Amino acid sequence: MLTTPSLRRLAAAGLALAAGLTLAACSSSSTSSNPLGGGPASKGSVVIGSANFPENELLAEIYALALQAKGVKVTDKFNIGAREVYYPEIAKGAITIIPEYNGALLTTSVDTTSTAASTSQVDAALDAKLPSTLEILNPSSAQDKDSVTVTQAFAKAHHLTSIAQLKPLAKTMSIGGPPEFKTRTDGLIGLAKNYGLHFKAFVPLDESGPITLAALQDGKVQAADVFTTTPQIITDHLVALADPKFNFAAQNVVPLVYKKGVNSLIINTLNAISAKLTTAGLLAMDKAVILDHASYSTVATGWLKSEGLPY
Amino acid sequence: MTFLSFAWTWLTSRQQWHGADGIPIRLLQHLGYSGLALLVAGLIALPLGVAIGHTGRGAFAIVSLANIWRAIPTLGLLIMMVVYLGFSPLTWLIPLVALAIPPILVNAYEGVLGVDPDLIDAASGMGMTGWQVLRRVEIPVAMPLIMLGLRTAAIFIVATATIAAEIGTGGLGRYIIDGLASNEYGQVAGGAALVVLLALLVQVVFVGLRRLVVPAGLRRAART
Repeated sequence: MLTTPSLRRLAAAGLALAAGLTLAACSSSSTSSNPLGGGPASKGSVVIGSANFPENELLAEIYALALQAKGVKVTDKFNIGAREVYYPEIAKGAITIIPEYNGALLTTSVDTTSTAASTSQVDAALDAKLPSTLEILNPSSAQDKDSVTVTQAFAKAHHLTSIAQLKPLAKTMSIGGPPEFKTRTDGLIGLAKNYGLHFKAFVPLDESGPITLAALQDGKVQAADVFTTTPQIITDHLVALADPKFNFAAQNVVPLVYKKGVNSLIINTLNAISAKLTTAGLLAMDKAVILDHASYSTVATGWLKSEGLPY
Repeated sequence: MTFLSFAWTWLTSRQQWHGADGIPIRLLQHLGYSGLALLVAGLIALPLGVAIGHTGRGAFAIVSLANIWRAIPTLGLLIMMVVYLGFSPLTWLIPLVALAIPPILVNAYEGVLGVDPDLIDAASGMGMTGWQVLRRVEIPVAMPLIMLGLRTAAIFIVATATIAAEIGTGGLGRYIIDGLASNEYGQVAGGAALVVLLALLVQVVFVGLRRLVVPAGLRRAART
């Protein structure tokens, strides 16, 4: 028969053990949501998506490499499709991060009637109107938007850096663009309203494609609507003129994130990328990927390295 | 019937019929592009087709080439021409001519080749030279097919000249391409209807031409 004192000791040991286990359980649940996930899981895990065009995929690759270098677990879901396809996915959290363009995001998915034009107006409109599950982080200065573009030779001959300087020249110039440029509010109408430009002629061409580029080279038009990150801006020696009055709404590259899926480490890493990303830098990377057929990871790594960011 | 009502509303609104963008100007431009392309294609393909049919030399190679040639996508050729030639009239002319050469060439060749050898023998027997046989016997007898080739080519050209608008020229294609770009479907339908009407008109004109150039005896023969 067991003596009373030994029973008591056993009971006490049992209680202590139970308490210890409970404490351990508490502490483990407070440090990591997934006890089987290993070390890096504590720094978060994200799904990065991208639209189905090279520049967007490249930006997603940059985000992915930088976050991985910080120990975040990254799942790629690149090349999804157009905004109409991926936007519902990120709104419900199936994707955590996607590189976006603030103006296009606002007017195609968030508020189709918005007239916000400058970067700050567009971002304010997005902050106000995005669904509560989503937010945009800091915008980069890199923009992929419509522009009035001229050849370097023409810019040099007339000392041009901005659309505003075209005023005395416009009536002698032909301008080209996609057919709808003629009637779009940010096309000929906006150029007349914002800058007082009345061109000699409008030549309907394509959307910043081979016909537009050939027309600029050929002198068929002296200016044309070319997207600011079209790689031929480099190879064809073109200059996209500055648009100080935001005739063309801002299209800053900005990470769109699913709020619950990101932590401060992720946000800081993405903001550090946006702080360094410029239109010129993005243009050079687009050229490397599209015209020189370099791989996304090579180009992304090279850029992160040159900017002193983790890769 | 939305297509027809769209087209009708657009065609009957008065503003379409005035100014530099108006239908009369666009129609004339379209006829100009088409006529020039048909003329150039005819000048190249008719003599070549007739010569091959007459001599029989190089027939297999040239006719095979002409048939392969038909596979060239006209729009692709147009974009390539823009990139290499810039914006000269040749840029839109070359693709349209390339489109029109095969039907003219092949029909002229088949027409001359198919002339009854007895007719040629008889003509030679009457003392005609080779040139005279060609001019007075082979070409007139081949005329129904030659005209068929020209008519086919003309309709191809009229319908396809719309793509010249891709590179900023005028013509009826302007309505279709501009309308699509700015979601103005009345303009698209109206422009397309005009192209169809023009193609029908070309058909009628060629029926008339055929009466003029095909010898009366052959016309009667063709009818029976």
